[in-house]
Amino acid sequence: MNAVYALYDNPAAVQRAVDGLRAAGVTDADIQVMSSEPFEEYEFGHKDSASWIHWIAGVGGIVGLASAYFLTTVTQQSWPLRTSGMPIVAPWPNLIVMFELTMLGAILATVLTLFVSAKLPRRLPPLYDTDVSNGYILVGVQRPSGQPLVDVTAALEAVGEGRVKQIDR
Amino acid sequence: MNRTRNNPLADDLVRPLLHTSVWFYGAVLVLASIVACGAAAWGYQLWYGMGVAGVNWPVFWGFYETNFVFWIGISHAGTLISAILRLVNARWRRPVTRCAEVITAFALMIGAIFPIIHLGKPWLFFWVAPYPSARELWPNFRSPLVWDFFAINTYLIGSLLFLILPMIPDFALIRDRTTGLRQRIYGTLALGWQGTTTQWHRLEAAMQIMAVAIIPVAVSVHTIVSFDFSMAHVPMWHSTIFGPYFVAGAIFSGIAALIIAMAALRRMLNLHAYLHPLHFDNLAKLLLLMSLLWGYFVFSERLTVWYGNQPSEMAVFWATQRGAFAPFYWTMVFCNFIVPVSVLSFRRLRTLPGIVLVSCGVLVGMWFERFLIIVPGLSTKQLPYSWGTYTPQPPEIVIMVATFAAMALLYTLFSKFVPIISIWEMKVGNQPHPPLPADEAEEQQSLWRARP
Repeated sequence: MNAVYALYDNPAAVQRAVDGLRAAGVTDADIQVMSSEPFEEYEFGHKDSASWIHWIAGVGGIVGLASAYFLTTVTQQSWPLRTSGMPIVAPWPNLIVMFELTMLGAILATVLTLFVSAKLPRRLPPLYDTDVSNGYILVGVQRPSGQPLVDVTAALEAVGEGRVKQIDR
Repeated sequence: MNRTRNNPLADDLVRPLLHTSVWFYGAVLVLASIVACGAAAWGYQLWYGMGVAGVNWPVFWGFYETNFVFWIGISHAGTLISAILRLVNARWRRPVTRCAEVITAFALMIGAIFPIIHLGKPWLFFWVAPYPSARELWPNFRSPLVWDFFAINTYLIGSLLFLILPMIPDFALIRDRTTGLRQRIYGTLALGWQGTTTQWHRLEAAMQIMAVAIIPVAVSVHTIVSFDFSMAHVPMWHSTIFGPYFVAGAIFSGIAALIIAMAALRRMLNLHAYLHPLHFDNLAKLLLLMSLLWGYFVFSERLTVWYGNQPSEMAVFWATQRGAFAPFYWTMVFCNFIVPVSVLSFRRLRTLPGIVLVSCGVLVGMWFERFLIIVPGLSTKQLPYSWGTYTPQPPEIVIMVATFAAMALLYTLFSKFVPIISIWEMKVGNQPHPPLPADEAEEQQSLWRARP
């Protein structure tokens, strides 16, 4: 057996289960909570909320801006083309292209960060239950560091509701 | 333990994917036939050349550009409205957002086809893209048409991602509720989504960032489409008001399209429990607001031209007010201003059929508005020797009708394969709030008491 989990049908029970696991000495990093909807009103729903995604989006925007600058200004100088009295490097029209590529850079960086940090795409791991899609909330521990699974099972069962299951793969 | 928790909602919204009625096949057949007619008309034009279309000197932009601007305008419905409602956390947005975002994606695709059709030689489309070729030609970044290329593609990529990302959890839900081939397909689309707290946080953070980014992009797209006109010295085009005027018109027509799409979905997919009269009432109020804003812009534009009294502009002005284009102009005013303001201002008249009828009228009026911006200006330029007329030819009309059918077809197919209402977002909307601790509850109450 290398994982144990319980399915609960209400978030209050999940909160108690998570608190129970912490009291049993399981670290936050080892506790997995899975649900078919986010629960922001509960403390367990804020687990792992810290992220660099906003900063990375900003960096993506800067990369987009730099690419647009290269594409417009540098290439206009390389392929000089005079149009209706405008200078070779025309800043006003270039700003439009720069704005669009800045935004595109930020959007693509955001999506890339989402996929990397959420570990997508991936194969569905063993610690999962299709009942999550039926509205149940899964609280599980996989290969806990330093805690016997018996203690983990006891903590999950102590909530008093929910179905506790074990995975032996 | 209640094993059917939250199931009715998912059952209702997944049902259209699992059960197909004979009406679906009939609708797809009819719509696909019309689209095939449009493809044949385009093929006819490609074979015989652009001469079979009505566009000619001096009116080089006719139905194709009218439809281009019209469809780009329609695309404003979705992502922009959805992003704004997400940012302000409007609770009533949940059943509306995906319906709206789909309109953006498909309307942009359809709109972007028209410049390619108008090229006459679409196989040379890649010349617009910036790449160092053997011809040593380089895209002219001073051309508004190149700005279009960047703006539309940015908006299309952003809108597609904005639409697709929140669909991943719903694909996972369908994966877990189906078997066989369906399970494999939706399992692939779900990308291994489990619904961990990390995944939810990243998804919600990404949606917030994209909502912030997509709003200015949406505004820029239609502003840049307006630059196609306002950068030219054509009477009644060279105007500083065109940017906001186009954006307001785009949001106006976009909301109308969204109302019609939602009403059709509500009826065909039996979504009465999710698309409430409240949603239509709120959108109708937005439509009324945009109608007033549109009227303000038209008045400002017309007054400035009339007061300036320049002969070339007055020629276009009178052609639309009481000349050959007057029937279209007054139909536009009637559909876009008189009817919406008269009907939507009164709660008693703001019924679902009333709102849908007004929205249909707005689409007609906004199409005429696009036509009246393009054709009268080109046909009545500064010098009378360059005056001319434009009569749309059958290929143009068939292609235009086909694009409306294409929009309906794409929407029908989408709602067949993807839940048209975001299931997980609806679940979040139905969550009961946990009781607050006594001190926090008192703080909340005191905040309410402090308000005048």
